[in-house]
Amino acid sequence: MTRTGSTCDLPRCSTCRLPSVRHADSHGLTAEALATLAPDLGGFRLVFANGHLVAELSTMPDPGSGVTVASLASVLATDPDRLEPLFAGRTAPADGMAALNLALADDGAFIHLATGAHADAPIHVVFCTTDVGHPVLASTHSLVVADPDSSATVVETHIGVGPLAGAACANAVTRVVLAPQATVHHYTVQDLPDTAFHLGVVDVIADHDSTFTAHTLSLGAAIARHEVRVHLDGDGADATVTGLYQPAGNQYHDHPVLVEHNTTNCTSRQIYNGVLDDHGHGVFNGRIMVAPAGMGTDATQSNRNLVLSDRAEVDTRPRLEILADDVKCAHGATVGQLDETAVHYLRTRGIPEPAARGMLTYAFATEMVDRIGPPALRAWAAQLVADRLGAVLGDDGPPPDANPDAGTGTGTGTGTGTGSVHTEEVTP
Amino acid sequence: MLHIENLHASTAGTEILRGVNLDIAPGEVHAIMGPNGSGKSTLAHVLSGRPDYEVTAGSVTYNGVDLLALAPEERAAAGVFLAFQYPVEIPGVGNLYFLRTAVNSIRATKGLDPIAVTTFIKMADKAMDAVEMDKSMKNRSVNEGFSGGEKKRNEILQMTMLEPTLAILDETDSGLDIDALRIVANGVNALRSPERSMLVITHYQRLLDYIVPDKIHVLAAGRIVRSGGKELALELEASGYADIEAELASKGATA
Repeated sequence: MTRTGSTCDLPRCSTCRLPSVRHADSHGLTAEALATLAPDLGGFRLVFANGHLVAELSTMPDPGSGVTVASLASVLATDPDRLEPLFAGRTAPADGMAALNLALADDGAFIHLATGAHADAPIHVVFCTTDVGHPVLASTHSLVVADPDSSATVVETHIGVGPLAGAACANAVTRVVLAPQATVHHYTVQDLPDTAFHLGVVDVIADHDSTFTAHTLSLGAAIARHEVRVHLDGDGADATVTGLYQPAGNQYHDHPVLVEHNTTNCTSRQIYNGVLDDHGHGVFNGRIMVAPAGMGTDATQSNRNLVLSDRAEVDTRPRLEILADDVKCAHGATVGQLDETAVHYLRTRGIPEPAARGMLTYAFATEMVDRIGPPALRAWAAQLVADRLGAVLGDDGPPPDANPDAGTGTGTGTGTGTGSVHTEEVTP
Repeated sequence: MLHIENLHASTAGTEILRGVNLDIAPGEVHAIMGPNGSGKSTLAHVLSGRPDYEVTAGSVTYNGVDLLALAPEERAAAGVFLAFQYPVEIPGVGNLYFLRTAVNSIRATKGLDPIAVTTFIKMADKAMDAVEMDKSMKNRSVNEGFSGGEKKRNEILQMTMLEPTLAILDETDSGLDIDALRIVANGVNALRSPERSMLVITHYQRLLDYIVPDKIHVLAAGRIVRSGGKELALELEASGYADIEAELASKGATA
């Protein structure tokens, strides 16, 4: 059954006439096409085309196992009680796009880790935008629920089959709920066609002694806004929120980041690096919010930017709001250009200037690629980043020492210029 | 091989080289000595094509080609190599990957295929043994966190792998202890051949005990003020640069 170009059919939105598609088919997405767009990470996989599950391209665990990987729509249809506590009693989202997402989304990923369950391989959620001949707004709402002592790696990939005839916008919300001692590593790889629009929110509630990491690679889309909000609500919870953005052409990559320290002894690291070229525009708008109860907070925030073009633009706002007095917080930002002495050094060894610049630019970006844990994902991401930067990857692999304790940040705040970059510090 | 004529060069608006003349024949090793600030390193930078140095007059001909018209990478492809006084640290770029990219870039300009990785690693291992470099340096970032001696050995490793026809060594002895000096000098001597010329820039006579030059020139105030055989180094060691500087000062006073 196919109904193209229908408006959404929720009562509240019956008059909004937002473009959407409500297909039960694969939207032209084949296994072959998918294989060229996203790697097989070896674990369970959910594939969504324009916001709707493509069951034949998805692999899910057997029902009843400790790890549930399913589409939200199927859980809503078969076991709504399971979702009730996750939606009931929630206040309405403060921002319009999240509210719209809640109103319009009728599918997304549902990942549940039972107490003590460990997903061995990364769980891959692929959101693919395909050309349906008219503008499309794909709204997905995903849930990752980690019960006590469970762990998983969840990879969210936003890709598209270009070129897209009409405007395509993905509005993806992912909520992560961590119970005590749970661990979730969440990755977002956004490599949409440069004509698409991406709005993403990862909203996290972390209970005591849980560990959460969010790592975002913003590569594609015309305008992308990828927000990460972490509410550290339990004693001793830990969050690492990192990312790389590299807008070029006329791309705009916006990264609002909020980490709330709502209780005692929580730790958090924010590390975002940007490479900006052409007319590209990048934004890091990071906030650490320490509530009056946030005693013993240890939080840092760093944002480093490499600007390759005099027409590129970066806005960096590392912000601290501290309402408690026993805290350790640091933040800093740098904006710089390639180190010309390093460019010259490479050229004197026979490496042509464009390749030398590509090599140094990739070296700056590679720190964020090396933070990726799963090897298949890291290799794919390295290729995507290098392709976007016009750099050539060596098959010797990255230098092993280029992986500074992946997953945890460095302790000092004011960003020092590692990488072959001359930097100017930005006083927040 | 190398013919430098009346070379004038400046950086940041200050003239450093004020008419350098120098001829190096194939297979010859020439040393340039001189006091601090005499323009020794500037000469090395100008020959390597560093963009922040401006040639205001004169010419440099290398194997019949106008060297100054070539981009730094073209000079490298033509066989010119500069061992830096201060090798640049490049975080995030693996040493061996860098070296292989360099070798293959130069090969590409000659229409040669890239060297296979396994062949390259064998060649690099051998060259590293020659300069007594730890194999762990292969996959570390270029020069990052290397000691002074390790950086200089890395320069000689690059020189060995790139097989230049004109090697310029800019104060390669600075910051080296006696053992490292011996290792570096052995590496350089191993590369001496009838086709390969070298220009060794140094402040001290010490290096020239190990790398024995055919000719020595003294650079002072941007000009070569004295040239001679290897015995000139000993003379300078005894008298220092004070005599030369005094001589220049008196000339300056009478000028």
